[in-house]
Amino acid sequence: MSGGSYYVPESSKWPALGSLAVGTMMVGLGALLVHGRGALVMTLGLVAVLSVMYLWFRDVVHESRRGLYDAQMDRSFRWGMGWFIFSEVMFFAAFFGSLFYVRTFAVPWLDGEGAKGVAALLWPDFTASWPLLNPPSADISGPHEAVSPWQLPLVNTLFLVSSSITLTISHEALKEGYRLTARNWLIGTLVLGISFLVVQGFEYYEAYAHYGLTLQAGIYGSTFFLLTGFHGLHVTIGAITLAVMLGRIIKGHFTRDDHFAFEAAAWYWHFVDVVWIGLFLFVYVF
Amino acid sequence: MASNLPPKPTLEHSTTTSGGLAHEHHERPRGMLRWLLTTNHKEIGTLYLIFSLTMFFIGGIFALVVRAELFQPGLQLVQPEFFNQMTTMHGLIMVFGAVMPAFVGLANWMVPLQVGAPDMALPRLNNFSFWLLPVAFTLLLSTLLMPGGGPNFGWTFYAPLSTTYAPPSTTFFILSLHMAGISSILGAINIIATILNLRAPGMRLMDMPLFVWTWLITAFLLIAVMPILAGVITMMLMDINFGTSFFNAAGGGDPVLFQHLFWFFGHPEVYIMILPAFGIVSAIIPTFARKPLFGYASMVYATASIAILSFLVWAHHMFVVGLPLVAELFFMFTTMLIAVPTGVKVFNWIATLFQGSITFETAMLFALAFVVLFSIGGFSGLMLAIAPADFQYHDTYFVVAHFHYVLVPGAIFAIMAGVYYWLPKWTGHYPDERLGRWHFWMSVIGVNLTFFPMHFSGLAGMPRRIPDYALQFADFNMVSSVGALMFGVSQLLFVWGVIKCVRGGEKAPAKAWEGAEDLEWSVPSPAPLHTFDTPPDFKPVTH
Ligand code: HEM
Ligand SMILES: [Cu+2]
Repeated sequence: MSGGSYYVPESSKWPALGSLAVGTMMVGLGALLVHGRGALVMTLGLVAVLSVMYLWFRDVVHESRRGLYDAQMDRSFRWGMGWFIFSEVMFFAAFFGSLFYVRTFAVPWLDGEGAKGVAALLWPDFTASWPLLNPPSADISGPHEAVSPWQLPLVNTLFLVSSSITLTISHEALKEGYRLTARNWLIGTLVLGISFLVVQGFEYYEAYAHYGLTLQAGIYGSTFFLLTGFHGLHVTIGAITLAVMLGRIIKGHFTRDDHFAFEAAAWYWHFVDVVWIGLFLFVYVF
Repeated sequence: MASNLPPKPTLEHSTTTSGGLAHEHHERPRGMLRWLLTTNHKEIGTLYLIFSLTMFFIGGIFALVVRAELFQPGLQLVQPEFFNQMTTMHGLIMVFGAVMPAFVGLANWMVPLQVGAPDMALPRLNNFSFWLLPVAFTLLLSTLLMPGGGPNFGWTFYAPLSTTYAPPSTTFFILSLHMAGISSILGAINIIATILNLRAPGMRLMDMPLFVWTWLITAFLLIAVMPILAGVITMMLMDINFGTSFFNAAGGGDPVLFQHLFWFFGHPEVYIMILPAFGIVSAIIPTFARKPLFGYASMVYATASIAILSFLVWAHHMFVVGLPLVAELFFMFTTMLIAVPTGVKVFNWIATLFQGSITFETAMLFALAFVVLFSIGGFSGLMLAIAPADFQYHDTYFVVAHFHYVLVPGAIFAIMAGVYYWLPKWTGHYPDERLGRWHFWMSVIGVNLTFFPMHFSGLAGMPRRIPDYALQFADFNMVSSVGALMFGVSQLLFVWGVIKCVRGGEKAPAKAWEGAEDLEWSVPSPAPLHTFDTPPDFKPVTH
């Protein structure tokens, strides 16, 4: 331990084990995709990654509860989480940017529009539309129907927006010291989040089973599943984090003014919510 | 040779400590485990630097394979398929394995020392960021041995070359790049948090040394664009493995979309590789000119403007792909605009030298060569920025000449300058000046022999990434290959010099260079494992 107040941990085995675990997972995934075998290695890697995360975070929680962290450490965590979320924003920006590019440039150009309309020579019979139900090449069969925003997606929007509200209520309760209230509203948030995932799963089923909307159905299906899929993955991660926070509330880990882990999870959840609004508008409505 | 250098500051005259220095810490793991499990910014910095040097030599050997094949026209040494893998791997290894980790290593060592912090803000995360790299690059290198060979589509991995027509190992390439990317993002988050949160009390942002400033902005760029890279390789992965149509016009996608995404990452990426270099040079030139840096504030603003502009110029790499006219014009003008803040920097360095009492230690030699040779690269960049002219230059050796001037005597010379400059702080010994000068002059001559002729062969139309060429390019290519061998061999002098310095040499005091003012020179040389456990007293220097 250092003489100063800023806590610098002694050596730790989790980071090195963590990178080994990530490597194992990646090798397994690659082998699975390329050679069709490697599922076992990948699963092993994934389990190792999750275990390391669990153990690493457990150390951090212990240190926090032993009072090793001062206000400056708290700020380091805040900056860290804030910039991490910014990196996630940019990750989604790449996907939204692709969606806009395809819709405003690539697809219309294939139909002969604008400065680069010579692309129409490739498939002269192609007519542009969005959602694109008729991909240029006959080798790729498009979906017969697009997903309507005003059914399941609308329900899901209501779920996620209200989950942000319930989460805020839970946070306010925590700040006022009402632990039980905080717990209950957090449970509500989790229920809404999980409902979202269930509905999303159902929507995917519909898309595959009834709309012919698949990953292989041309650019509409590609962008649709890319954006909603990565969003869904983030909702899953956010929900797991919130579940951990629920456990910690129940264990009484948080005090009125010292509960950054909860706040970080809440930031993340709100971020996921905002991404959904963007998705709802640009993937479904417009 | 070294005799016309001024005497080194004597040991007595050095201030010993400031800020709390550590008493011995707990029992720590020994041997290999110590390096594997460390959370110490100095040790992790050393690991990064060693890793980077290793990759520098591996990437260098690949480059020498390329240069050997191009020594004469015709195909003599390697198959074209293998040649393509060599050019590709050379680029990937140098960019992601050598230059970027070297700067992160320097940041690890120096940022806490320069801002008066006890360590990096998140020390365990720091260790994780490092150890992802050996894993990622082992996987990347192993693709060379896989059926169908390794990546062969150029370091820019344009679709559909990297999707429809790629070797099966491409999926592994994508996954390894994901790991390297995670490492960069986490490393950058750590550096930003350290700079924003762990500065010594009283150090305002505008008191920070420029190396810290340039790294703050670089870290921002990394966090902004590495996720874009992650996004685009994820889309590739899906096109390859799940039948999506992102980069496939048959399904309504567009291969040009790949280029937009790649260069939206790629152009800021080239600034990621040069801004910390600006910071290093801005530390070295004032030290050996014994004058404060000219125009400190304008340096900061210029760095920030370069970073912002770098998001608005990406399509200058795509002038010939078939962009609408407005786009050609827009990207041409924004690109030229970047030359303004870049010029501000060059003028500031020159003004710092003006009327200084200059001495030419090895670090200073590399820094001065940086200013001159980087500017040549900047000028050829301006030529490329002119869209109609680029129709002629694009995909020729002229582009190769341009980016090697900004990256080799640019980024890499700055890294070497930084190493020579800070070695006394790291090891407690001065580097051998005689050896340093040999290394310097061999490198300068080697670099120019290698890359200057490429301007001419490029202007005359020699295409890049092709293992054979027309006879009229033979002389230029032979010179380039000889230069490349000379440059490569002279880097062994660098390794020798560093090892020698670690093992012994003239002892350095805390303030190893007479004109050095920043906070790192207030702790003993070699810097003990733990420094600034309690924050130092910081007295702002007037810039
Ligand atoms: C005054 C500043 C600069 C300008 C105006 C400029 C302009 C350009 C242009 C227009 C190209 C595209 C040429 C083509 O492909 O036809 C290019 C390529 C390139 N530049 Fe620069 N550049 C500048 C500085 C830099 C710096 C500082 C770096 C890196 C440290 C850099 C690295 C590169 C690289 C790596 C490529 C080639 C990428 C590839 O196609 O493989 N440039 N530059
Ligand atoms: Cu560029």
